[in-house]
Amino acid sequence: MSIEIQNISKSFGSFSALKNISIKIENGELISLLGPSGSGKTTLLRVIAGMESPDPNPDSHVLFFGEDVANKPVGDRKVGFVFQHYALFKHMSVFENIAFGLRVRPRSQRPSENAIRDKVHSLLSLIQLEGFGTRFPKQLSGGQRQRVALARALAIEPQVLLLDEPFGALDAKVRKGLRDWLRGLHNELNTTTILVTHDQEEALEVSDRVVVMNQAKIEQVGAPDDVFHHPASEFVIDFLGNVNVFHGRVNQGQAVLENIQVGASDISIPAGEKANVYVRPNDISIDRVPTGKSSIAAKVTRINRAGVHAKITLMLHNQEEIRVDITMEHLLELNLQLEDLVFVHPNKARVFVPDYTI
Amino acid sequence: MSTNSKGIAIGQQDPTWVRFLVISISIAFVALMLVLPLGVVFWEAFRKGVSAYVASFQDRNAVRAIYMTCLAAGIAVPLNLVFGIAASWAIAKFNFRGKSLLIALIDLPFAISPVISGLVYILVFGMQGWLGKWLDGHGIQIIFAVPGIVLATIFVTFPFVARELIPLMQEQGSEEEWAAISLGANGWQTFWRVTLPNIKWGVLYGVLLCNARAMGEFGAVSVVSSNIRGGTNTLPLHIDALYNDYNSVAAFAMASILAFLGVITLIGKTLLERKLQQETSSSLESTTTEESQ
Amino acid sequence: MMKKRSTASLPGFRITMGYTLFYLSLIVLIPLAALFLKAATMDGAEFYATITSKRVLAAYRLTFGASFIAACINTVFGAVVAWSIVRYRFVGRQLLDAIIDLPFAMPTAVSGIALMAIYGPNGLIGKHLIPYGIKTAISPLGIVIALTFIGLPFVVRTLQPALEELDGEAEQAAASLGASRWQTFWRIIVPSLLPSLLTGFTLAFARALGEYGSVVFVAGNLPMKTEIASLLIISKLDDADVPGASAIAAVMLVATLLILLSVQGIQWWSQRRTGRA
Repeated sequence: MSIEIQNISKSFGSFSALKNISIKIENGELISLLGPSGSGKTTLLRVIAGMESPDPNPDSHVLFFGEDVANKPVGDRKVGFVFQHYALFKHMSVFENIAFGLRVRPRSQRPSENAIRDKVHSLLSLIQLEGFGTRFPKQLSGGQRQRVALARALAIEPQVLLLDEPFGALDAKVRKGLRDWLRGLHNELNTTTILVTHDQEEALEVSDRVVVMNQAKIEQVGAPDDVFHHPASEFVIDFLGNVNVFHGRVNQGQAVLENIQVGASDISIPAGEKANVYVRPNDISIDRVPTGKSSIAAKVTRINRAGVHAKITLMLHNQEEIRVDITMEHLLELNLQLEDLVFVHPNKARVFVPDYTI
Repeated sequence: MSTNSKGIAIGQQDPTWVRFLVISISIAFVALMLVLPLGVVFWEAFRKGVSAYVASFQDRNAVRAIYMTCLAAGIAVPLNLVFGIAASWAIAKFNFRGKSLLIALIDLPFAISPVISGLVYILVFGMQGWLGKWLDGHGIQIIFAVPGIVLATIFVTFPFVARELIPLMQEQGSEEEWAAISLGANGWQTFWRVTLPNIKWGVLYGVLLCNARAMGEFGAVSVVSSNIRGGTNTLPLHIDALYNDYNSVAAFAMASILAFLGVITLIGKTLLERKLQQETSSSLESTTTEESQ
Repeated sequence: MMKKRSTASLPGFRITMGYTLFYLSLIVLIPLAALFLKAATMDGAEFYATITSKRVLAAYRLTFGASFIAACINTVFGAVVAWSIVRYRFVGRQLLDAIIDLPFAMPTAVSGIALMAIYGPNGLIGKHLIPYGIKTAISPLGIVIALTFIGLPFVVRTLQPALEELDGEAEQAAASLGASRWQTFWRIIVPSLLPSLLTGFTLAFARALGEYGSVVFVAGNLPMKTEIASLLIISKLDDADVPGASAIAAVMLVATLLILLSVQGIQWWSQRRTGRA
């Protein structure tokens, strides 16, 4: 099923939560809404679910399968909504929680008691919690509760799964396990899934596509490698992982930093404009001697060996700090010590000229 | 109520004589001001023996007063319960302008002297009031009759349930309700199956306090009561009448019922407060349990 | 807008809100409006003459004065009681905590006759004080005692949460900086509790102003001497002087509302001061 959002805006008083959002979500896709808190991602999810109504506007539509659902209440949209804090019914057992959506159906559509039991048991085995049916939510761990919440949402056979920061309240390790499990489940069930998260690693790892949001607007939509390697804006490159920023100027169609030139040539920008050059820590090489005219002198101020890569902090002569990730082998080869003077060289850079974004 | 572990630590730092003095003053003050009056009620009631006590209840007017008290509370409490639930649903689950004003207005009867509560009904329904002439013409009597007693009781106990439920429901938020709705439940199913089980102790707590006040109200009902014995007198009014007749044993015997009710209320209140703490804290429960898989 | 609400918000807003407003208007707002309209229909001079007559002024003076004294007593002893309950662990602490609410649970008429049995001329305590010329009932002192009884829980229950919130870290910090316990008390604890103390005092005061049941039994109700405002309203009603009763009531009501407004002010001030939302 495809979901189309057209020209949706939402404001709460004077605060704008969504500004003219349009996006199309394909059938069977797992898409992430990624952004910092306050970026509007949860509001967008709630608009899709029907828990918030968008600002009235004749051009704004939420389409499920091409059908406008503006006047369809939440219960009729067949969405499986999973809340950040699970929202499990505390006074009901796990079994009753999962069965709830079936039990509240009108009598004519309600499955038989046997059918409900079979359905709940198959969901319990799907979430790997067989034998937990008689427990109560407070007897479960956070990760288990989240899986029960998911099973409860799946019980109504939703057309689309909406997950609001589903792993936000869990600790890092549980989170990673659940994330992989969710991806597997999505493939197995072949549903459409929309996941809200502020964790870029989570979004890049599980999604088919990522929607990066900031300040009520969509910054970029694309496949994870696409948004990572071809960020459309300074915000996106900054939000998706660590990055060094060099402040330079445009000269002869290139960004000029100190004495070196970086970035792809682009003639259309007048010389003298400020240019911000973004380089990821692993896209910078370190050498003992200058290699050509694009090397910048820097001093080693910190070496962190804990990790797959060594993380080196350096200081440029203008007192700006940069971070460089190099392999352990390379670190040994260079035999770096604190206070050593070295030369760094950006291999791959993204240049953004404010107002003239390349 | 305070099980603040740090509280013990700092409290025990105070010199022993300070602690001893402060605790002694507290206990002495509470004993003198609160416990003594409670004890006196029972003491005076049984002063002339159990038979005199029992005899007090064989009076027709006493039975009538007990009936009137139960009637007033029996109407006022359910009405205010329904109102309290409706108001807290509207206030806790939705956003709208003027919410704090509405909450303040609901609390208003707490601030108003019981005598004034009675007076306002006289101004509406009494002979000199807005509807007095019309009601009189149709042979309907409200003031100095049972409806007046009931109305005054409703007024003074108006905020009790709402005031317990509003903060409780605000604290619990609406996520469980949204979950139920997204699973296809209608509003009624959501309320009965999800909301009500979550607020049941709060409801009971509100009803308990509402009932205690309804049965014990004196000022407001005395304004609208005919003060005719065997008529509209509730228990507190009957106590007043007996006391003014220097029938002390009977007055205290009646009072002992209400004092007993008060003690039951206090016990119930203390027990319910524990349950209520669970109700509010469980929604904020963190996920510290170990992942078992 | 109302149509939208039904699809994108929880159900039941219109019916619950409608019922809330209907019931609130019927039970509270319309009758209260009747009081102010009644007072407004009196002409100004008549209204003024009523509320400034000697007997009425004496009643106001007594009501406000006795309420003020009782609220002061309650603030001092309420603070001591709250401190014991929150800070110390002793046998009977939970019982003490539970009993504090007795004045909420005990009907005022019952409290009234009980207090009379204790402090009356023939009462347990009263009879021993009469020879010394101390009248603990049928006197302003009796009124103060009754108002102290009904006001205590307001101070204790307002102070308790504030004391619990003082988790001791600030006190330990003060101690670590060399402050004596006495200095810590006056410079750290009292200032932090001040808003709650004020709120508790004001609530006890407001409650005392409107009290009727317990006071009528112990006051003796002598005009000009021990007649409180609530009682005066009733005696005006007994004289079928409804406008007079309404005028006195309107003044009392406005006073109470102003006092409660000041509670809001205190809370607003303390939240702003401590930067809490």
